[in-house]
Amino acid sequence: MPDLLIELFSEEIPARMQARARDDLKKIVTDGLVGAGLTYAGAAAFSTPRRLTLAVEGLTGESAALREERKGPATTAPAAAIEGFLRSTGLTREQLQVRDDKKGQVYFAVMTRPGRKAPEIVAEVLEGAIRNFPWPKSMRWGAGSLRWVRPLHSILCILTDEHGAQVVPLAVDGIAAGNTTRGHRFLSKGAITVTSFDDYAAKLKRAHVVLDPAEREARIWADATNAAFAAGLEVVEDKGLLAEVAGLVEWPVVLLGKIGADFLDLPPEVLQTSMREHQKFFSLRNPNTGRIEGFVTVANTETADHGATILKGNQKVLAARLSDAKFFWENDLRTVRTVGMEGMAAGLAHVTFHNKLGSQADRIGRIAALAREIAPLVGAAPDLAAEAARVVKADLQSAMVGEFPELQGTMGSYYARAEGLPEPVALACKAHYQPLGPSDDVPSEPVSVAVALADKIDTLCGFWAIDEKPTGSKDPFALRRAALGVIRLVLGNGVRIGVFASSSFAFDRHEGQRQQAMREVYQRSRAEFAGLMAELLRTEEGLELSSNDFEERIDDVLTYAGDDAIVGDIARTDLMWRVENPELAARYGGYWDYVEKNPEAQVFTPRNSPANGLAADLLSFFHDRLKVHLRDQGIRHDVIDACLAMPGNDDLTLLVKRAEALAAFLKTDDGENLLQGFRRTNNILTQAEEKDGVEYSFGADPKFAEDESERILFAALDRADATIQPAMQAEDFATAMSAMAALRAPIDAFFTAVQVNSDNPVVRRNRLNLLSRIRAICLSVADLTKIEG
Amino acid sequence: MTQTRPRSFQDIILRLQAYWAGQGCAVLQPYDMEVGAGTFHPATTLRSLGARPWAAAYVQPSRRPTDGRYGENPNRLQHYYQYQVLIKPSPPDLQDLYLGSLAAIGLDPALHDIRFVEDDWESPTLGAWGLGWEVWCDGMEVSQFTYFQQVGGHDCKPVSGELTYGLERLAMYVLGADHVMDMPFNDPQSPIPLTYGDIFRQTEQEYSRHNFDQADTEMLFQHFKDAEAECERILSADEMDKAGRRIIMAHPAYDQCIKASHLFNLLDARGVISVTERQAYIGRVRALAKKCADAFVRTDAAGVLAAEPV
Repeated sequence: MPDLLIELFSEEIPARMQARARDDLKKIVTDGLVGAGLTYAGAAAFSTPRRLTLAVEGLTGESAALREERKGPATTAPAAAIEGFLRSTGLTREQLQVRDDKKGQVYFAVMTRPGRKAPEIVAEVLEGAIRNFPWPKSMRWGAGSLRWVRPLHSILCILTDEHGAQVVPLAVDGIAAGNTTRGHRFLSKGAITVTSFDDYAAKLKRAHVVLDPAEREARIWADATNAAFAAGLEVVEDKGLLAEVAGLVEWPVVLLGKIGADFLDLPPEVLQTSMREHQKFFSLRNPNTGRIEGFVTVANTETADHGATILKGNQKVLAARLSDAKFFWENDLRTVRTVGMEGMAAGLAHVTFHNKLGSQADRIGRIAALAREIAPLVGAAPDLAAEAARVVKADLQSAMVGEFPELQGTMGSYYARAEGLPEPVALACKAHYQPLGPSDDVPSEPVSVAVALADKIDTLCGFWAIDEKPTGSKDPFALRRAALGVIRLVLGNGVRIGVFASSSFAFDRHEGQRQQAMREVYQRSRAEFAGLMAELLRTEEGLELSSNDFEERIDDVLTYAGDDAIVGDIARTDLMWRVENPELAARYGGYWDYVEKNPEAQVFTPRNSPANGLAADLLSFFHDRLKVHLRDQGIRHDVIDACLAMPGNDDLTLLVKRAEALAAFLKTDDGENLLQGFRRTNNILTQAEEKDGVEYSFGADPKFAEDESERILFAALDRADATIQPAMQAEDFATAMSAMAALRAPIDAFFTAVQVNSDNPVVRRNRLNLLSRIRAICLSVADLTKIEG
Repeated sequence: MTQTRPRSFQDIILRLQAYWAGQGCAVLQPYDMEVGAGTFHPATTLRSLGARPWAAAYVQPSRRPTDGRYGENPNRLQHYYQYQVLIKPSPPDLQDLYLGSLAAIGLDPALHDIRFVEDDWESPTLGAWGLGWEVWCDGMEVSQFTYFQQVGGHDCKPVSGELTYGLERLAMYVLGADHVMDMPFNDPQSPIPLTYGDIFRQTEQEYSRHNFDQADTEMLFQHFKDAEAECERILSADEMDKAGRRIIMAHPAYDQCIKASHLFNLLDARGVISVTERQAYIGRVRALAKKCADAFVRTDAAGVLAAEPV
């Protein structure tokens, strides 16, 4: 059983690609080996900046011979069919066997493929892996055509068994496989010949290369924490950075430095971000003060001066970087102290949010209006929420966020405090972006909640209005995350808000802003539009435009408008309005002249524009996201569907409360049995209603009851009604459902004792109306027809 | 490594020139036009196209009007020098050759931490991209190292290896200067020692004021349009001249592309180009660069016989 060792030695592989490349190499090669008929005991992949390594243990020496039988056509089949079979098997007619089959004599092809030796298979699999490796980005170099992440220099590929190591004969684009590698770029010289994986790993270590990234990470972390401890500091944990740094070095050497006193007053987030992003330094915190006072850099080499020169250089670069950061910080503070956050935000009027959704300032205006609407529902003061909304994005204009976009929000909170704004406003600067992901915290401070909801709902409505919804795996504007954010904000805080109403409000603001923008453009270029419209209406007698002409007309408009979407929109709105309002059009001319003369006129929203159906569509998107969210919490989708069918389904808190109660109810025996009873009821009733062509919906009278079980059921339904209706009013779903559970025994007894479809039509009708009461009571709690299984 | 350490900015340049000359590069002179980076020199942009082997090294004065800081910032300048090496096809030992150049200017890997950190290069204005690294010395970026994959929309076959050294920053580190203006330009022991500041402090002030406040934007917009039109006119001219020679004027056209690019940079520094317009302007320069590349690949210098119609 030989062991296989593969090393692909190249110029520096980007750190962020190494983990994936290890997995890919292992999967592609082992899948290929197994696919070719070999088996193996174990495999492990490793990487350093300059090499990708795979060790496969206990590989079989050759693949087993394969015997394959294929049934062909009958011996009496047409010649063409038999020839086709010969072609597909590569045999001659003499080589076929004839066997008896149920339907007579049939040709059989029996093919044996001899086993293949491991080296041959390995060579083939590895060459395929190299040529088709799924690097996220790959390149050519020199005059060759091979693609690799960076120039590939050598291939080590050996099979080792008890007789020793054997190089697998293989060459890819002139690079022949061998049994040598190289050590550290600077701390080792010459080629290293290896005979097995253990030999390879040991010799690399002597040549100053730690092969295993996990070992490099562990070494960096241990050395860094020890050095920090000795200096009375602690390392700020950063797993992502640790993995990245481990991918940048073959021989990690930890060096500790102090941050100059000039920079210690910078916010810790600024120090950490600057050091991590620019220098890939770990931050060191003083456990007593919480301040960031030092750093750890990881060099890739040992030097005679124990890293003194390296540390000095790093310190110098850091000082230059932090001088920049300090300059930004002081500049920004000066700005907020003189013109305030609102002054800082002024420039956002010139920053485009999206070319169809206006500027950042437009966006902020919408968010502030919506935050004001939402505020009372989350226990925030409307004025404060609106004030917060106006400044939470001001820091996008700060020098610091310009340099470090990931500090958006964080800097806003600092600057808001520096200006002396109320603490809830300062908190909202950072918190309104939250939750940023499924594991991020949900803000709970009311002003933050109001602005966070307004921000996310505005974003969703905007992209819905311009038809940029997520499709499949494409979600460039992170709208799924925004919707999940709304859901978590609502549920996490028990907020009672109608997302339909809130999004309708936001859609109206978007549409209002769009109309305003159109009006402004129209006013600037009135004459051109008059010409354009005249041209579009040219062939018509008067204004006899019909809807049929519509799409054709709109295509014309867009052709005229070229790339300028807003011009198309203005003309389109005008056209649509003329069609729908022929009398007004006759009196005023176009829509835009009409609204100018009638500023109080209701905004005209064309049929396929915002507000019509968009809020409902967005609500169902929320519902889909909610299903995903609740499924992760163990609530079945059909339970949610049963609740979605009930009124008030845009109140997500209510919806989830109902779903949780229903899910718990269905887990009980009573719930399960009541569901059976409900189904039986519903089936009998539905069939009878279909057959009779009437709806049995009222009029069940106890005086027509023949059986005791019937009378008991009447009484039970009266009791249930009396409990369920007030419980539903009070949104006490648990009480309502336990009252419903009490129906189980009477319903079961009823079905056991009586035949609904009695021969007596009066009794039959009365019983069907009784069933209808059961159905109505059950459906008042949730739509049980949606429950599956 | 027994070499003495460099003592001045020009010493570093001279050593790089000697080193790359020793490696067989043609040592060219700077291109005589305003460019934003050494890559714009036709010796890189155009010569990275086509099949003909190439090896050149040169200093290129570069201008980035938005980076002007009136000579006050220790590291930022609107006019600075890049050292540029372009070898086609990229030799297999290009990394080692590069490390040799660092040793030649006193950065000995036995004492310093030299690393190749992923940095993919892309020039939207040239329609070019490549993969490579920024090279770090003790945590500081000292060079860009790129394998060109595409230039002017054309695949680079063979691939060129490009090295770009930011000379001021590199020299400040080697010479231990904290402020660029304090760095010795010639030997500090010379009869007339000159610092970088002696030569450039005043020009940085003058150009910063000009670039930010004074450059006539109306005129710049007009010049941009003129350069754009001239570039297209030159390229649309008949390939046959009046004497019947086939001469494609890729280089004169490319000069106009360079001009348009620099005019755009000046307009950008004047703050008269909005975010959305920015993309449109970059797109216009890229369109010119692509047309120039299309023209160049049909010339003799790219490895196509001029007589042979394509």
